[in-house]
Amino acid sequence: MQRALRPKRFHQLWPFYLLAAPGILYFLTFHYIPMTGLILAFKEYSPFKGMMDSPWVGLDNFRQFFGTSDFYMLLKNTLLISLLNLIIYFPFTIFLSLLLNEVRLKVFKRVSQTIVYLPHFLSWVVIYGITISFFGPSGVINHYLGQWFDGSANFLVSNEWFRPLVIFQSIWKDAGWGTIIFLAALAGINPEQYEAAKVDGASRLQSIWHITLPGIKGTIVILLLLRLGSSMDSNFMQIFLMTNSLNLDVSNVFDLFVYHVGLEQFNYSFAITVGMFKSVASLILVLGANYAAKLLGEEGIF
Amino acid sequence: MKLKATWFDTIIVVIICLISLLVILPFLYIIAVSFSPPGDSMAGNFFIWPKHWTLDAYSYLLNANTFLTSVKNSVIITAMGTVLSLFVSITLAYALSKKFLPGRRIMLLVIFFTMIFHGGMIPNYLVVKNLGLIDSYWAVVLPAASSAFNIMVIRSFFQSLPESLDEAARIDGAGEFRILYSIVLPLSKPIIATFTLFFMVQFWNEFFSAVIYLNDTSRWPIQPLLRQMVAISASNISAEAAVDASLAANLGPNVQNAAILLAMLPIVMVYPFLQKYFAKGAMLGSIKE
Repeated sequence: MQRALRPKRFHQLWPFYLLAAPGILYFLTFHYIPMTGLILAFKEYSPFKGMMDSPWVGLDNFRQFFGTSDFYMLLKNTLLISLLNLIIYFPFTIFLSLLLNEVRLKVFKRVSQTIVYLPHFLSWVVIYGITISFFGPSGVINHYLGQWFDGSANFLVSNEWFRPLVIFQSIWKDAGWGTIIFLAALAGINPEQYEAAKVDGASRLQSIWHITLPGIKGTIVILLLLRLGSSMDSNFMQIFLMTNSLNLDVSNVFDLFVYHVGLEQFNYSFAITVGMFKSVASLILVLGANYAAKLLGEEGIF
Repeated sequence: MKLKATWFDTIIVVIICLISLLVILPFLYIIAVSFSPPGDSMAGNFFIWPKHWTLDAYSYLLNANTFLTSVKNSVIITAMGTVLSLFVSITLAYALSKKFLPGRRIMLLVIFFTMIFHGGMIPNYLVVKNLGLIDSYWAVVLPAASSAFNIMVIRSFFQSLPESLDEAARIDGAGEFRILYSIVLPLSKPIIATFTLFFMVQFWNEFFSAVIYLNDTSRWPIQPLLRQMVAISASNISAEAAVDASLAANLGPNVQNAAILLAMLPIVMVYPFLQKYFAKGAMLGSIKE
């Protein structure tokens, strides 16, 4: 190894620092300076005094937040959506990966993959538009409900239908895309194992159960923990679009609350308090999930 | 070995076909409605094949100023955002791919930390506001210029290139910028193509930052406008005052669905190119150092 060929002195290194500069400046400006804004959670922001000179109020904002019934509603709604995604969307993705993995006809596999990946690239607004075309008051579903069953349902403006619709949207948009990582893991399983199982007389279902699933156990655990770690995040864009005054009881999640309080009511301090609670709780969850992964003997996320 | 289809294969193929159909049907329906006169779809007597064909919706949209302006805004934002994102991400990732660079670990840590902790919506908003970016395209473009994930993926690609290449170029007296421009970048076409397409999709789909940072609706890209156009039909939903009263007045289901289709058209057009690369790109992301 000829180490001499690598730049070592500053006059050789400055081009690299110059290259890194715009990116580092970006991260400092748009990721780290906002973090300093978090001190507003401990202040009563006054637009006339500015961020620095607004009076300190200690933990008042937090006390106020935890004291309201809003807090429990937000926590419940946020966690419930995450939980439903975890028990419906997540297994469905694994199921779809297993199905695709079992397809032996290469062309068919490629075509169906192309199809199920596509919705991932559409914007949430487009998904929302499609949802309205189907589930809106004059959508197809209501049309046929009226024609066949003499009824109709207010899918988009009811508490009952909000969660099923949101989960369905998530599956439609992202379940296909989610298979990529499982398919990569599945491709890594040694084919000799299957041949051995076949010689032993295992059926294909048995091979899936005893070879395929254990083969991707590590990936499943990691992704599961990643999802657990992000359970305070709802898919904000999706919820923001799907929400309205008539389903707010079930659709109001932390991010949405922050938006309403901060950008609609201009109560910056209180909104930042709520946002900060969410960020810190998420951080703890992510670190906890990573720790759990390592306890389970997996590699961990970082 | 000859493939012999068993009942097991048949069941799998049937289930996958059903799932694929479930993905495709909405598209076919949207297309059908957009080509039908409004009365037809209201009556609902077709599903994926229009009874009467008409281009009314499209000719209407392509003559509506508000709509065309939003498309123009989207094109500008997408172009600006893609170029800027590529520049910021590639330069930083390249510098960070050099293991000999002092301070590299700290920079990586600074970047990685943003993956697990962030100020949140309101502090971000205040920064953009204090920088005086409200109502400019930069408000949409700058805050989204890169992400820790992008940097990690591109960096791991650069690290996979043989180091001896740069060293040979250095012996020949090439400067570092020249090495990046004439040697590394041409070798990085797959990753650059992947991210060009990813960034294009990302900025074309940008919705929320436009809503919060662009009060001046004449700067709105297509996504927020589309949202207003479709939300109006879901009566009971109190959409904000329509951007353009005349646009709202003419919104039949055909116009709405044509707008949905036009808003996804660029995506569907780049998708075949994207598809070639992204599976690899997505997997690169899961590879750790």
